[in-house]
Amino acid sequence: MMIETLIAVALVGALVTFVAPNKVAGKLAFAISLIPAALSLWMFTAFDGSGNALLDGQLAFESRMEWIQLGEYSISWFVGLDGISLPLVVLTTVLITLAIVSSWTPIDDRQSQFYGLLLFIEANLIGVFAALDFFLWFVFWEAVLIPMYLLIGVWGGPRRKYAAIKFFVYTNVASLVMFVAFISLVFGLGDSVTSFALPEIASAMLEGGPGSFAGIAGSTLAAAVFVAMFLGFAVKVPVVPFHTWLPDAHVEAPTPASVLLAGVLLKMGTYALLRFNFTMFPDQVEAFAIPIAALAVVSVIYGAMLALAQTDLKRIVAYSSVSSMGYVILGLVAYTQFGVGGATFQMVSHGLISGLMFMAVGVIYNATHTRMVTDMSGMADRMPIAVGVLIAGAFGYMGLPLMSGFAAEYFIFFGAFGSEMLEYAPAFTALAMFGIVIVAGYLLFAMQRTLFGPYRLETDYDVGRAPLHDVAPMFVLLALIIALGVAPELIFDMIKDAVDPILALGGGA
Amino acid sequence: MAPLIELHSWSALAPTLILALTGLVLFVFDSIDPRSTNRSALAGISTAGALASLGVAVWYIVAGVGDPTRRGTFDLFGGQLIVDQMALFFMVVVAVVTAMVSIASYDYFLEHAYQAEYYSLMLLAATGMSTMAAANSLVTVFIALELASLPSFALVAILKTNRGSVEAGLKYFLIGALSSAIFVYGISLVYGATGYMQLEAIAQNLEGAEGFSGLLGLGVVMLIGGFAYKTASVPFHFWAPEAYEGAPAPISAFLSSASKAAGFVIAFRVFATAFPIETMADIGIDWTLAFVILAIVTMTIGNFAAATQENVKRMLAYSSVGHAGYALIGLAGLTGTGSNDVVLGAAMMHLLVYGFMNTGAFLFIALAEYWGVGRTFEDYNGLAKQAPMASAAMTIFMFSLAGIPPFGGFFSKYFLLTGAIDAGLLVVAVALVVNSALSLYYYSRLVKALWIEEPVVERDSLTQPTGLYVAIIFAAVMTVVILPGFGPVADTAIEAAAAVVP
Repeated sequence: MMIETLIAVALVGALVTFVAPNKVAGKLAFAISLIPAALSLWMFTAFDGSGNALLDGQLAFESRMEWIQLGEYSISWFVGLDGISLPLVVLTTVLITLAIVSSWTPIDDRQSQFYGLLLFIEANLIGVFAALDFFLWFVFWEAVLIPMYLLIGVWGGPRRKYAAIKFFVYTNVASLVMFVAFISLVFGLGDSVTSFALPEIASAMLEGGPGSFAGIAGSTLAAAVFVAMFLGFAVKVPVVPFHTWLPDAHVEAPTPASVLLAGVLLKMGTYALLRFNFTMFPDQVEAFAIPIAALAVVSVIYGAMLALAQTDLKRIVAYSSVSSMGYVILGLVAYTQFGVGGATFQMVSHGLISGLMFMAVGVIYNATHTRMVTDMSGMADRMPIAVGVLIAGAFGYMGLPLMSGFAAEYFIFFGAFGSEMLEYAPAFTALAMFGIVIVAGYLLFAMQRTLFGPYRLETDYDVGRAPLHDVAPMFVLLALIIALGVAPELIFDMIKDAVDPILALGGGA
Repeated sequence: MAPLIELHSWSALAPTLILALTGLVLFVFDSIDPRSTNRSALAGISTAGALASLGVAVWYIVAGVGDPTRRGTFDLFGGQLIVDQMALFFMVVVAVVTAMVSIASYDYFLEHAYQAEYYSLMLLAATGMSTMAAANSLVTVFIALELASLPSFALVAILKTNRGSVEAGLKYFLIGALSSAIFVYGISLVYGATGYMQLEAIAQNLEGAEGFSGLLGLGVVMLIGGFAYKTASVPFHFWAPEAYEGAPAPISAFLSSASKAAGFVIAFRVFATAFPIETMADIGIDWTLAFVILAIVTMTIGNFAAATQENVKRMLAYSSVGHAGYALIGLAGLTGTGSNDVVLGAAMMHLLVYGFMNTGAFLFIALAEYWGVGRTFEDYNGLAKQAPMASAAMTIFMFSLAGIPPFGGFFSKYFLLTGAIDAGLLVVAVALVVNSALSLYYYSRLVKALWIEEPVVERDSLTQPTGLYVAIIFAAVMTVVILPGFGPVADTAIEAAAAVVP
């Protein structure tokens, strides 16, 4: 019942916050969000699962209840956590709490609605990572769109209407394509499946795969479904060339929404890729390994080059996400323990680091009302603390040892280099590693121009230091980043445990 | 013993009879107190009648009436009417929509001169729709259809001094008369080919009609025309945007939800019972193909037209055409390759959810007309600041219509998609995907207007009319809670469908 409690607290909290007066909404939402955060941390210590949720693993906090009987198929409320989903649930609850605190300064209009939507999105994000029934999972997956649409559309920047609808329609179309593909697969599996429970579908897939359906042969169907689902999730990740919604949404979104978008929503895509494509279709992964690896490398390099070309700090951070998510895909397609495990670790690590970067840019923007690199200079002079955190985050991004970014990228490269399944793995890895150089390039270049040198921002208002509640969340994130960098085994052990059964399928190590 | 059984089977029709009785009570009220302006009494009687009908229908479903393994189905008048689970399911839809519209009309027709006439016409139309749910012979289908249609014409034109309303009524009536003529001609052709009107009897005599397959085929096509009119599907959908736009908004809600659902139930019953697809395919008349085409064309025309509207009510009218296209998948999917009961059940679920979300959406338009905020998307700008509750409800309706969770429309739409894939109709599935992506665009446009845009003109503060608010909030709550409560809904719908399609 723990997962139900998490979701219920967030949902009820969302309703309460929605009708609360604007003045107290921020503090109220913070207080409410502490409950799921504390509970999920407790769950982290009390985690007793082992193995992979889809592959006969021992689930933690499992609960299952019949919901709807659709002909021969049953749909159930089926939730549970394994070593892959638990870190992501903790990431969600922690980031939501921090995002709420970081909204206190910038959000000065319709606060109760804003914080209500943040809590509503939290409930759905927890659901996405915990659900193990396809329909239930899809309910949460799609329900995330509404609050994010409104967060961008109501509280966003000047082009918010365009960005919001683009985000909404893009990701919705992707979900529909994925849905049609997956349902075709379930019908193709025929009588071997009697429910939409993911473990059951996974075992049916691995024990023979789909038969022919609607005149399409089984093996073709499996390949087509794999490709369609990959494309559906690729939009969410996003993988180049499906990334164009991301810079618009990120730049226009208010800071807390950007934090969540980069920190958690992008991970929905990679998490789904891992759960569906890379767990249920080991043969197809092998068949499509080279194109996927190529897309991953292109995302890394092209995303980084795009970031290099930007002059808006927020755009730089936004494009850097495209690049970082490319590493995740590379790690997944390597299909080794360190590759897939590192990819999962990178999901958490990037969630923390990009959350930190967006918060830091937001704090600077709150003070200066500009995000343009060309407008700023010598910010370190005026805002030493915020700038210090931003620099720390940037070094985390670049993979400074003892920060989580280093561990994540090291795992991925180590895993990808030694991949047996992916041909030309060393070449792909080497190309992707070059991405780090570009990352370092654009981050250092941007920081050098904005943060150092003489202060020369001409404003008719006072650019002062950020209040404590703006910088405190960043220090929490920084502490987590360093903690995971120093001791990656904090979560890597449980990730490895959940990843190993997947690799056993492909015969990898 | 015999009269006792007679009494018993009569009472199976109670949901319909209560509606008819309420309509008559309103007549009596009007003859005692002509030109009455006692709105509370009139709206109260009609709401109470609709709720009683709803209560009885729900009670029957729970008690197992119509369930072959429990109380069994009830045949009346030698099989002319049948009370099975499908009939009761649609009686629920009709009654609940009638109840919501009655409550909402209390505020909407504040100054109207013909109060009693309005409510009694509405209850009589509801009686017709409720009878359509039970009609089991082409004769009763036609009588029920006319009983539902004739009061509807008057209802659309009830704002006698409003040109738009009268024009809409006339258009609705002319197309209605034309399609009724086509429909009745279709009935005569089917009768000519098979020699029967009663649906099971037609099915049993289809083999004998092999020599008349051309006649029968023409008859079937004409019947499809009649259904297309009632459900606002292509090719008889022209009237829908005109009638819905011109009619008073509560009546648009009534027609686009209850009347459409009633149109679908006769289509489901006639095609599934009288023309079983296996037999018909042997004769050479594959009507599922016709519905595949109609479904795709209807949803595409409806959604593309809706996307280009500037007038919110017209947008909803075209969206209603689009949703008729979705529900037609219920018939298109009866190919026998997939689970027939699931796809037909999914269409029934969609019509039930649609009864809440679409009625609610039109009632929000009624609220906007009551406030006098205007008709276009721009006129709705910034309403959320002044009326957050109603706007939140409208947002729920819009996202539910677009099939976004966590609202009821999500499940029914995705079950239809699932059913279409199961039946092997990947073309229909793709059409549904394209259309729902497009629909998200125009539904979210209204959400954008309500929440994101700034008002174009200064508005006075808005009142909160009790009746309209009660109806809208009720519809919104139902649209939300039906998602977790979808289990029993799906069970009832699929069981009901299974009883009709073997």
